[in-house]
Amino acid sequence: MRYPFPVGRSDFIQGDEAIARAAILAGCRFYAGYPITPASEIFEAMALYMPLVDGVSIQMEDELASMAAIIGASWAGAKAMTATSGPGFSLMQENLGYAVMTETPVVVVDVQRGGPSTGQPTLAAQGDIMQAIWGTHGDHSLIVLSPSTVQEAFDLTIRAFNLAEKYRTPVVLLTDAEIAHMRERVYIPRPEEIELIERKLPRNEEEARLPFGDPHGDGVPPMPIFGRGYRTYVTGLTHDEYGHPKTVDAEVHERLIRRIIGKIENNKADIITYDSYELDDAEIAIISTGIVSRSAIRAVKILRERGVKAGLLKLNTIWPFDFDMIEELAERVRKIYVPEMNLGQLYHLVREGANGKAEVELIAKIGGEVHTPMEIVERVVG
Amino acid sequence: MYLKSAYDIREKYLRKDMLPTIFCPGCGIGSALQYTLRAIDDLGLNQDEIVWVSGIGCSSRVPGFVNFDGLHTTHGRALAFATGMKLANPNLKIIAFMGDGDAAAIGGNHFIHAIRRNLDVTVILINNFTYGMTGGQVAPTALKGLKGTTAPYGQFENPFDIADLAVSAGANYVARWSVFNYLQGINSIKKALQKEGFTLVEFLSPCPVSFGRRNRMKTAPELLRWYQKITVPLAKAKKMKPEELEGKIVIGEFADRDRPGLVREYEAYKKRAKKMMGWEE
Ligand SMILES: Cc1ncc(C[n+]2csc(CCOP(=O)(O)OP(=O)(O)O)c2C)c(N)n1
Ligand code: SF4
Repeated sequence: MRYPFPVGRSDFIQGDEAIARAAILAGCRFYAGYPITPASEIFEAMALYMPLVDGVSIQMEDELASMAAIIGASWAGAKAMTATSGPGFSLMQENLGYAVMTETPVVVVDVQRGGPSTGQPTLAAQGDIMQAIWGTHGDHSLIVLSPSTVQEAFDLTIRAFNLAEKYRTPVVLLTDAEIAHMRERVYIPRPEEIELIERKLPRNEEEARLPFGDPHGDGVPPMPIFGRGYRTYVTGLTHDEYGHPKTVDAEVHERLIRRIIGKIENNKADIITYDSYELDDAEIAIISTGIVSRSAIRAVKILRERGVKAGLLKLNTIWPFDFDMIEELAERVRKIYVPEMNLGQLYHLVREGANGKAEVELIAKIGGEVHTPMEIVERVVG
Repeated sequence: MYLKSAYDIREKYLRKDMLPTIFCPGCGIGSALQYTLRAIDDLGLNQDEIVWVSGIGCSSRVPGFVNFDGLHTTHGRALAFATGMKLANPNLKIIAFMGDGDAAAIGGNHFIHAIRRNLDVTVILINNFTYGMTGGQVAPTALKGLKGTTAPYGQFENPFDIADLAVSAGANYVARWSVFNYLQGINSIKKALQKEGFTLVEFLSPCPVSFGRRNRMKTAPELLRWYQKITVPLAKAKKMKPEELEGKIVIGEFADRDRPGLVREYEAYKKRAKKMMGWEE
C-alpha cells in the first residue's frame, strides 16, 4: 500500500491534516462532507488523498446528506468519516441518532467554534460538549473523544475508528478551531505500527439472522454487510433482534435501547482514557479537556512552584463519563476547578460526579481565546 | 412477456415473517411493489446484489417486506444514504422506494442533487398527492384545490411535477404512470433497472384512506376513474394547448438517455488523480 504522505517519521502539520492522515491510516475509505470553518481542511486533505488510496471523497449537498452517506457507506462495508463544526453538527443530529439506533460504526469529527448559530467561525470554543453527548433525541449512548494536541488529534482519530468498529457505534471526535489550525510535530506511524480493530462479521447464517441480537453476550452484534447474501433489513424504528420493526412493544424497545446503552456503559474501563498530572497528593484538582488542558498543565506547575498542591485530570474521553472516578477524586481533594471554553458544560458532569464530596468551581471563558495559565492560577489562589 | 402468478412472486421475494403489510385496502403501493419484483424477476437480477433503500412514509415501508438487504432510513434522506452505499460498493444495485413527500419536500434537496450527480439508483416513487402515513396532510405534489388536513379548504400552492423536475435535473431515465398502467409500469422499471445513472419511475398511486376520503374518492375504483380523467398520454399532451393541460398530469416516458453515471465518473476521477500525482501513467 502506497500512502500519499510520508509514514514512519514525524511531520509538522495542522490538527485538521493530522486527522485526515490518521483516518486514512485507520483504513477510512469513504469521506463525505460539506465545507465549514474550521473543519474544511480535513475535507480538503481527504479530497486530495482519497482517490489516491482508492477511497471516495465526495462533497454532499449539506451535512444531513454527509451523515447519511457515511452511514450508507458503512453498511456497504467501508470505514467512513465526516467532519464538521457546530452548525453542521446540529444538522447531523437526526442521522447521528439513526447511526446509534442501527448500530452503525462511523466517525464524526466536530471541530468546535464559537456559537450558538454561526457565532465565531474562526475562533475556538468548547460549546458542543452537551450537543455531542445529548444532541440527538431519545435515550442513547455513543462515544465522544477529545484531543488536546495535534499528536492526540492524530492518535484519537485512529482510536475513534477502532472504538466505532469494536462497539458498532458512532464515535464523535470533539476538537476545536485552535487544535485544528495549530501546527505541531506529529509522529505518523507506519501501518504495521498501528493496531487496528475491524468490526465483527457474522461467522455463519445463524449469526447473520440476528443483526441486532447479542450472540456473543457482549452486547455487540456482528454486522452483516450489505451485498454478501444475508438479506438484512435495517431500520431506525424500534426493532427486535432480527431487525423487524416492533414499534409498540415496550419490552422490545427496552431490551434494544438498554443493550445499545449497555454496550458502551459496561465497557467504560476499555473506552475511557485520561491523563493525570501531580494528582497523587493533590489537594486542589483541576479537571479539563481539549485545548484548555494545556493551560491547565502549566497552571498546575505554577501552582506547585507556589506551594499549592494542585493536580490535573485531563479527560481524553468525554463520554461515557466516569462519574465514580470523579467522586473518588472529590473524596481526596478539597476543591475541584473546571476551566472550559463555555459557560459550564463539562462542569455539569463533574459536579454530578463529585456528588457533593468536594466543592466544584467553574472557570468559564468564552469569546474565542483559550484561558491563560495565570487566569487559572489566579482563580485557584484567589 | 410471460406473467408469473402473483403467488410465485410473493413466494420468491417477500419476507413471510414480516407479513401482513401495513398497507390499507385499496392502496396502490402493493401494486408498484409487485411491478418492481416482476421486473427484477423478468430480468433475472441477482437478489443478493440488490439493496433497497427508503426514507419514511407508507411507501418507505416496502423494503421491510421484501427479502433483500434493505436500509429504512430517515424521512427524505434515502438518496443521501444511497450515495454512500453505491460509492462504497459499486457492485450493489440500488432501488430506492419513496413517497412524494419524502422525495420532493423534506428530501427535495437530496433528490435534485442525486439526479445532478447521476447517482446510479433506480427510484420507484409513489405519488399519492398526500402524506399517507401521517394521515393526509397535503404533499408538494397536491394539485391546486385538493384537500388535505393541513389545507382543509383546498391546496393554494403550486404543485411540483416530479418527473419534470427529474428530467431538468438530468436523470437518465424518467417515466410516470398510474399504478393501473401495469404493463407500461413493469416495462419502465425493467428499462430503469438496466440503465446506468439515475432512473425514476413515478407511479400515481391511490391512497383511498388518507387522501381519497378527503377528496370524495373513498375507494380505489373511484381514484382509478379520477386518474383516467386527469392523466394525459405524452403524445396527446404534445398536441394540447397549455390551457387544456391545466390541472392534468402527463404520463409516459419523459427521458431516456445515457449520460455516464456517478460511479463511472468517480472511477475516471480516481484515474485522473493518480495520473496528476504521477502515480500512474
Ligand atoms: C424529520 C421528520 N419529520 C416528519 C416526520 C413525520 N412523517 C412521517 S411520514 C411523513 C410523510 C409521508 O408522506 P410521503 O413521503 O408522501 O409518503 P406516504 O406515506 O404518502 O407513502 C411525515 C411527515 C418524520 N418521520 N421525520
Ligand atoms: S395511508 Fe394511504 S398510502 Fe398509506 S397505506 Fe394507507 S392507503 Fe396506502
